[in-house]
Amino acid sequence: MTDPDAFRSEVREWLEANCPPEMRQPIRSEADICWGGRNWTFQSDAQRRWLEVMAERGWTVPDWPKDYGGGGLASAEARVLKDEMQRIGARPPLTSFGISMLGPALLKFGTEEQKKHYLPQIARGEIRWCQGYSEPGAGSDLAGLQTKAEDKGDHWLVNGQKVWTSYADRADWIFCLVRTSTESKQGGISFLLFDMATPGVSTKPILLISGSSPFCETFFDDVKVPKDQIVGEVNKGWDVAKYLLGHEREMIAGMGLGTAGASVTLGTVVKPADPLLRAEIAAFDVDALAFSAMSERFAAMWKAGEAHPASPSMMKYAGTELNKRRNELAMAAGGSDALEWESERSRGGSTARTWLRSKGNSIEGGTSEIQLNIVAKHILRLPGA
Amino acid sequence: MLLTDDQKMLQETAASFLAEEGAISRQLRRWRDTECEDGFGHELWKQFAELGLTGICIPESHGGMGLGATEAALVLEEIGRNLTPSPFLTTAVAAARAIEDTGHADRWYPAILAGEAVLALAVDEGPRHGPERSALEARRQGNGFILNGAKQFVVHGASAGMIITAARTAGSPGEKDGLTLFAVPKDCRGLEVENVVLVDSSKAARLTFEDVQLDADAVIGEVDGGWTRLARALNAGRAGSAAELVGVASGASSMTLDYLRQRRQFGKLIGEFQALQHRAAHLYGEIEIARAAALKAAELLDSGDEKAALYVSVAKAKAADIANLAVREGVQMHGGIGMTDEHDIGLFMKREAVLGELFGDVYYHRNRVAELSGY
Repeated sequence: MTDPDAFRSEVREWLEANCPPEMRQPIRSEADICWGGRNWTFQSDAQRRWLEVMAERGWTVPDWPKDYGGGGLASAEARVLKDEMQRIGARPPLTSFGISMLGPALLKFGTEEQKKHYLPQIARGEIRWCQGYSEPGAGSDLAGLQTKAEDKGDHWLVNGQKVWTSYADRADWIFCLVRTSTESKQGGISFLLFDMATPGVSTKPILLISGSSPFCETFFDDVKVPKDQIVGEVNKGWDVAKYLLGHEREMIAGMGLGTAGASVTLGTVVKPADPLLRAEIAAFDVDALAFSAMSERFAAMWKAGEAHPASPSMMKYAGTELNKRRNELAMAAGGSDALEWESERSRGGSTARTWLRSKGNSIEGGTSEIQLNIVAKHILRLPGA
Repeated sequence: MLLTDDQKMLQETAASFLAEEGAISRQLRRWRDTECEDGFGHELWKQFAELGLTGICIPESHGGMGLGATEAALVLEEIGRNLTPSPFLTTAVAAARAIEDTGHADRWYPAILAGEAVLALAVDEGPRHGPERSALEARRQGNGFILNGAKQFVVHGASAGMIITAARTAGSPGEKDGLTLFAVPKDCRGLEVENVVLVDSSKAARLTFEDVQLDADAVIGEVDGGWTRLARALNAGRAGSAAELVGVASGASSMTLDYLRQRRQFGKLIGEFQALQHRAAHLYGEIEIARAAALKAAELLDSGDEKAALYVSVAKAKAADIANLAVREGVQMHGGIGMTDEHDIGLFMKREAVLGELFGDVYYHRNRVAELSGY
């Protein structure tokens, strides 16, 4: 690695010169998050410029190799970049399931052609991906999935239904678990990539208790998928799926730290006057700060290969349960203000909507109970788990 | 946030030394069952010294290792895991910090390095921690001071060659200004020491000062301005006790996991029951988090970061909270056998209670986190 101090000052100068002031404001709503993709409408010129200059340097995915559109940074350098961005309150230039989920899986399981083709598109925010995992009959028991892909010689023919597909109605492509064999449960699953514009793909948004529709039902009716759009071997998709889930859990665990750019502690934000509420919030803040130390340590250990492979499950469980608690306390601290659903002063009911949305954190990406099962089995090696 | 190779080596040394020499049967039970007045073994303290461990926080210029809170934390986690009674935390960590850069360091560091001296810290005057509430009076007289008042929960107070005592030379209880630290030698006239046995069989003294006369050179650091030095020593002790609590939690938890893997009921190993698996898995994660917090606090103390005090309180509150969970789950999951004196799991519960209180309990430190966060 280059001289860390020199690298830090180089990064600092570059960010100073290139990060637009508008992109140094805290994220206030979903619209402030840039997801990219074919149909993306930039909120502002600043949002577009910020994505372009960062993608140019490969810093939308700082630790991916340069050949695939990344920044080629060593983990210590990537850490410096993250610190420096945090220091000026810079928003992430791009957020996507391509970056947090598919990318790492392709880097590990993809062919050279697949990496060269798909990864740079992700890095530049050109293609927005969605995840086709859960099905109506396959939730916690994900490997029980039934969406079928038949080998038709020159293509796969996909039929079935997915559910809880995040942003399927806005995504360009899907990474999708399909059944290619019924002989074995986990050993009959393959990992396919395909364009959501392919004939036979349709989506239907699901209205959640939070009043928003981040998830869809996704239907596949005789969808033809080219043969080379499979990641890993046929019937070996479960390995890819599990690896990707590790990354998904890592990402969801980050919710324990609150919204990007916001305070880790709650008391500093809500300044509770009631002594009993203050005591509960102080207890929460201890846990939140301790968890932020854990996140830092986990990231370092994970990169160094010192973390247990199942440890993202522990992080996901702890982080999401913490985020739910944060939202319960934010509701309590807000009193009747926090109950407003449609009003200007509540910014469209953001406290209540965020609270309700947080309930999904410990369900999506594997429920808390599933994470505890995984820890009991793979880390604690308890019998029969 | 990752340990260096040197730190890993130290950790391994401490782990094998304490698992062997510091084991419950060889130390804790032995001193408890023979009603030892010190509650710890002097031979073991010598062995700490031979390994260089007593000098971890003592500067190299004084012949110590010149390391810091992180290395102390690694040793303390192993001490906690084995429930090893020793003066390490109070003498080699907190007291060593309290006297650094003073003439008292020249006097006491060699004896600490040799594993001969035990020092104690007398701060609390009531059942709850509150160093700024110190009221013990030190009145100027001639060239020296006369001390009157009382202290309690003075760990190893009856075994110590010298007791670092926080006394009020100005101001009123509740104020941070006006406190002075004194080196009070044992056996000085007017000092009454009651050696109290605590719930975990460790010893902590109640001290009564009745016209105890001290020379001016008994002052450690500045007169009236002892708060900064006291806070530094307490923070070292708090970070250290957090690490020790992580060890207690970890030791109780692994003992419990072993039990889940061998105890049969209803024709099954009880570890097969999901009701217990989920509680064990939850506890595992919480202990990892507590360890991360303890290491973070130590790291910030070592780098002199301004957030160190905040994280010290986070670490102490979190570690005490989770160690408490670990010992409660431990006793409950062991069932009836966990209630017996013969089984070791109950010893973890007793140790947690004392360590949790030492240098401020969960509530003290949660409140401090709130105050330092501005609410």
